[in-house]
Amino acid sequence: MNSAEAPSRRGLLLKAGLLFNGVAGVVLGVPIVRYLLSPLMSGKGADSESWLSLGSLDRFPAGETRLADYRNPVEYPNDGQTANIPCWVRHLEGEKFQVFAINCAHLGCPVRWFPQSGLFMCPCHGGAYYEDGSRASGPPERGLFEYAYKVENGNLLIKAGRMPTTGSPNAGLVSIGKSPCA
Amino acid sequence: MERMGAWFDRRLQLAAPVREALEHPVPRESASWFYVFGSAALTVFMLQLVTGILLALIYEPSAGGAWNSLQVLNHRIPLGWFIRALHGWGSNFMVAIVLIHMVQVFLFGAFKFPRELTWLIGVLLLLLTLGMAFTGQVLRFDQDAYWGLGIGASISSRIPVLGPWIVQLLLGGPIIAGATLSRFFALHVFVIPGSLIAFIGIHLLLVLKLGINEWPMPGRIVRRATYMQEYHELTKKDGVPFVPGAIAKDLIFSGFVLLALAACALLFGPFGPSGQPDPTIIQTVPKPDYFFLWLYAVLSLLPPSLETPALLIGPVIALAVLFGLPFMAGEGEKSWQRRPIAVLTILLLAVGLGTFTHLAGIAPWSPVMNAWSKDPIPAEYLKERSAMERQGALVFQAMQCHNCHALGGEGGERGPALDRVALQLTYDQLVRQVIQGGGNMPAYGKNLNPAETAALVAFLETLHPANQPAARDASRASQ
Repeated sequence: MNSAEAPSRRGLLLKAGLLFNGVAGVVLGVPIVRYLLSPLMSGKGADSESWLSLGSLDRFPAGETRLADYRNPVEYPNDGQTANIPCWVRHLEGEKFQVFAINCAHLGCPVRWFPQSGLFMCPCHGGAYYEDGSRASGPPERGLFEYAYKVENGNLLIKAGRMPTTGSPNAGLVSIGKSPCA
Repeated sequence: MERMGAWFDRRLQLAAPVREALEHPVPRESASWFYVFGSAALTVFMLQLVTGILLALIYEPSAGGAWNSLQVLNHRIPLGWFIRALHGWGSNFMVAIVLIHMVQVFLFGAFKFPRELTWLIGVLLLLLTLGMAFTGQVLRFDQDAYWGLGIGASISSRIPVLGPWIVQLLLGGPIIAGATLSRFFALHVFVIPGSLIAFIGIHLLLVLKLGINEWPMPGRIVRRATYMQEYHELTKKDGVPFVPGAIAKDLIFSGFVLLALAACALLFGPFGPSGQPDPTIIQTVPKPDYFFLWLYAVLSLLPPSLETPALLIGPVIALAVLFGLPFMAGEGEKSWQRRPIAVLTILLLAVGLGTFTHLAGIAPWSPVMNAWSKDPIPAEYLKERSAMERQGALVFQAMQCHNCHALGGEGGERGPALDRVALQLTYDQLVRQVIQGGGNMPAYGKNLNPAETAALVAFLETLHPANQPAARDASRASQ
């Protein structure tokens, strides 16, 4: 009798032990996973994006395209220079602007503006865009990413806060063609 | 001394199994110079551990401080530059040796029964090694690292549905910033090396348990039913103990690799860092490290519509082939002399990767951003030209045509060189091409006034050898 009972009691204890550790695992695991996924929580939707000033309108002469930069809205003390994000501002006329992300729509390299030929050129894989941001040639499949903008108290504001990538829907970014100033 | 050893062994009881492991029999022919790459990879890995820890004494894993701490290492800490150089060159050596090891294993049929698991772990070790190389490049937090991360994020973003989430997890936030560097630091210093050590342990255990692959003889066929017995007979009949029979060549080669590595570090110095990781400095031409150059070329040369499918499906196929290999070809001939497809595959891969890497060194697809202000038009193209033609040459420079089109061998190679363009296109075709673009050239219609277009085309019309007339439209007698 003893020999039949002993293993079952031991077995029960083993099961209880496993269950107990399983519970402990969940108690510890949930906060760990929550911590690991925190970048998803904090950057959800438009949380990470806000209206930022690029400076007064007279920094951007009409008919010209100028480089501007802003400090990313979500920043931490150790971000250093990486939170300074550049963008290209094209002033068409009056209060009509186009503000392009610096990142090539191909793989994100910084595009450069050439006023003489009216082209943005990318140094990485050879993408080129016209002055209105539309695709001119090379590997990009679309035009430059464009920020939504507004003019307030003589300042140019854009909605920004997220690095634009081809695959991500960008809440604050409008695509070329549907641009409010087109 | 002996008594102290005995005291420890009585408690640890490791002497016998260690001796057994060291003296395990190796087929005599496998004690060869072809079988030294695995141990060399391990040697370089241990050097990486040591130099990595040494660098961590100074390196500051923060976006605001990393670049400066590398400057301190390079210029202020005595021999800091040398440790950095050893670690950087160690990385290149390790990738290279792991690849050579893999090619040798593949060509010698060592992935076949019963060593399938050894191969699978080996593939994991290759991926982890490449992971170390990429994350290490990120820790050298300079312009290349910053924009390289952007490229990594852009590629990840194309994964259907999950893409944007993966980008956020990869970057640790909505942009490349402090959190990005911290997580790559954790990967490079804890997660990947930890996995490497664990998997290297299993890899070595499997080598000990299953024995080192015998020298493949053409005609000696691997069969699951009989292989183990044949192998044991071989090692019994014609085997040597690993120590001292086979280890001598491993030791000599490892020593040679370490010295070669030190020589490279001494002569060529550390890698970078290039410019500061300040995104507002856009005068940069980011390029990946050597072992990812081929990918840079592939991304430039694929047709745009094929790019996303190739990026997403390519790695899946490659991994499926690598992981499936020992199961698809677990038996049969081991010798490369009887496996022509295996040899051709390696040659094709080597030529392909070599070509892409070479092309990435030249990057003909990238416009030369400063060619329009730097590269002159050859003097003979301007001699005895009319004012209008010379004006056209000015337009050619001012409109950055030179960034993509070479003249006299200087300038970009994104578009064709134009030294003989007048032979190929008539006046009307040139006008159309300039104004409308096409064939991967932007249209310049909006940015050139008629006078500029006329001058530019007049200049282009002069670009033909003296003894060959420019192309003309036969239907127009007057031209």
